[in-house]
Amino acid sequence: MALVLAIGLTIPLAACVGLPTAPSPAAPSPAGPPQVHKIAIAYDISGRGDGGFNDLAYNGAKQAADALGVELKEVTAKLDDTDDDRAERLRLLASAGYDAIIGVGFTYAGPMQTVAAEFPNTRFAIVDDATVSAPNVVDILFAEHEGSFLVGAAAGLKTTTGKVGFIGAVQIPLIQKFEAGFTAGVRYVNPTAVVEVTYLSQPPDYSGFGDPPHGKEAALGMYENGVDIIFAAAGGSGAGVHEAAAQTGHWSIGVDADEYKLEPAAVRGHILTSMLKNSNVGTFAFVMSAAQFSFKGGIQTFGLANGGVGYATSGGFIDDIRARLDAYAADIVAGKIVVPQAP
Amino acid sequence: MNRLRGAGLLLIAPAIALALALVVAVLVLALAGANPTAILADALAYGLRPTTLIAVVNKAIPYYLAGIAAAIGFHLRLFNIGIDGQYRLAAFAAAVVGAAVAIPAPLHIALVVTVALVVGWGWAAIAGLLYVRRGVNVVISTIMLNAIATGIIAYLLSPQRLAQQAAGSNNITTATIPESGWIPGLPTPAGAVNGLFVLAILVGAAYWLVLNRTTIGFEVRAMGLSGRAATVAGIRATRLALLTMAASGAVAGLVGLPQLLGASHRFGLDFPAGLGFTGLSVAILGRNHPIGVAIGAFVWAFLERSAQVLDLAGVSKEVVTILQAVIVLSIVVAYEAVRRVRARQERRYVAQAVETSPVIEGASA
Repeated sequence: MALVLAIGLTIPLAACVGLPTAPSPAAPSPAGPPQVHKIAIAYDISGRGDGGFNDLAYNGAKQAADALGVELKEVTAKLDDTDDDRAERLRLLASAGYDAIIGVGFTYAGPMQTVAAEFPNTRFAIVDDATVSAPNVVDILFAEHEGSFLVGAAAGLKTTTGKVGFIGAVQIPLIQKFEAGFTAGVRYVNPTAVVEVTYLSQPPDYSGFGDPPHGKEAALGMYENGVDIIFAAAGGSGAGVHEAAAQTGHWSIGVDADEYKLEPAAVRGHILTSMLKNSNVGTFAFVMSAAQFSFKGGIQTFGLANGGVGYATSGGFIDDIRARLDAYAADIVAGKIVVPQAP
Repeated sequence: MNRLRGAGLLLIAPAIALALALVVAVLVLALAGANPTAILADALAYGLRPTTLIAVVNKAIPYYLAGIAAAIGFHLRLFNIGIDGQYRLAAFAAAVVGAAVAIPAPLHIALVVTVALVVGWGWAAIAGLLYVRRGVNVVISTIMLNAIATGIIAYLLSPQRLAQQAAGSNNITTATIPESGWIPGLPTPAGAVNGLFVLAILVGAAYWLVLNRTTIGFEVRAMGLSGRAATVAGIRATRLALLTMAASGAVAGLVGLPQLLGASHRFGLDFPAGLGFTGLSVAILGRNHPIGVAIGAFVWAFLERSAQVLDLAGVSKEVVTILQAVIVLSIVVAYEAVRRVRARQERRYVAQAVETSPVIEGASA
């Protein structure tokens, strides 16, 4: 399909601007107007502003849009959407001339399969799903469990009480990947450690992604139980967890972005590390590859090997164990450690 | 009382409501910095396309069913807020049972529909029982039952129990119902109408029939209009309340079927939620009348579908939510205002008739 595109298209492409943060496959291409004119990103229910993967997906797409000098449009979802509504959303975008369309979340899987077939010349990407199979669709997956393993190892090494906690936003398979990796990491370095798990809400109630007070209550409860480090895989609710950590003098671990940099000074001193899910890397790579001849449909996984996930070191709290964590990371990449994806 | 004038007054209320909503829409759009006339023209043009109209009808079918379910409760001033939990639990149970059997088509569909009816009926009956036996407010018990239903579904919808997770997908779903349990769409030139359109019509007809042509329906209407008069006439309130809640729940159980039998054929994390609350609004819009609720459902679905274009034009989709809320509010206000005008007219009419009627001799106080 890429070859057909290459032969069929006569529009010259923009030169890939060398942005240091993105590991995009840079094929040499002639200078000129970009092949992509308009980019659109369709969010899942929590929408932008969740401080989590929706925001990061936007960041990547925005980076690419700015690099190419094209427009980026965002559209949101509703709780009572049916597949038909989501398909119509994608269809409207495609027929309005958006040539690179990103759908965030597994709810777009079925609709994208239908709409991608109707618009073979539009490039699609879906984040966090691997079931869409079409030549013009790329499935962007992240190895959240691998990154969570590393922060779990950090927690297991740093805990003084032998009890660590996991607070997930909503009990869906995506967040359970974080839980599985985290628990495996803790147990790997500290087999007797106890991992307490709680989820803030159950589907179809997605309020767990944006409920800081609830996160704070859950965290305070855990700290009272003897937990001293909590991994907050809870989007916006994590702010509450960090507050609870600062209030009780314990530790918390952030998610998706480097939360040490986002939280105010009073709180950040209690953020041990953050599990980085670089959604921006995935979406940036998609848009740039759509703008070049290098677009190929299929599944792309962003894990430890290609900088898709990682852990933050801001604050210097885990500098003493960095070497061990990096060794584990190398083992995971080499396949010596297999991290489970489900609890 | 002049019938034409009566009908005219009835229509004024929704007309006022829609006019008010339009004014608010223009205001909100202007405040949001967009060009109101251009955007409204765009949305209307998009909404009137044949493909969109078919999609609106499909969207309106579950709204209609939820509206009828709510209307059944409204006759006795029972607010069945639990439609949401009832339909999701019913759809989940129906999906699990439907996927577990493989029997010839008409039986399979009948089985799925029956399971949905029974589960919805049962879940609402719990709230009804609590109300008649212990006086627990139906609003509170149904809201809490919603939360319990969510918990039950969350517990059972897991790969270790009644559901499965496709490889590479982050969605957990029940097994897909075999094709003998599918209801085909009704083909039209502009797209397929969900086959459960027929079910919606049947439910609406049954609702009207029961309410207006059976004893129990008469009792419900009588109890709703004047509880004291009905009790004096020998109608038992508790029995009626229980029956009404259960019936409301049974219809609520059907709300998820258009999606389950006509579209996705399985219950997953992406099953539409919140349809129950839409049903309440639609029932208010339609004044509990089967045709009114149908119009209300259509208008609601039309607004929601046209909103897709708003997003593309850069206007927040929430404008439509504001519109919907304004319509509901103004309908309630307008109907109340019209009701008072009619009451005043009737009093005047009766007073006139009494004055001009012949006096009967010997009828002393």
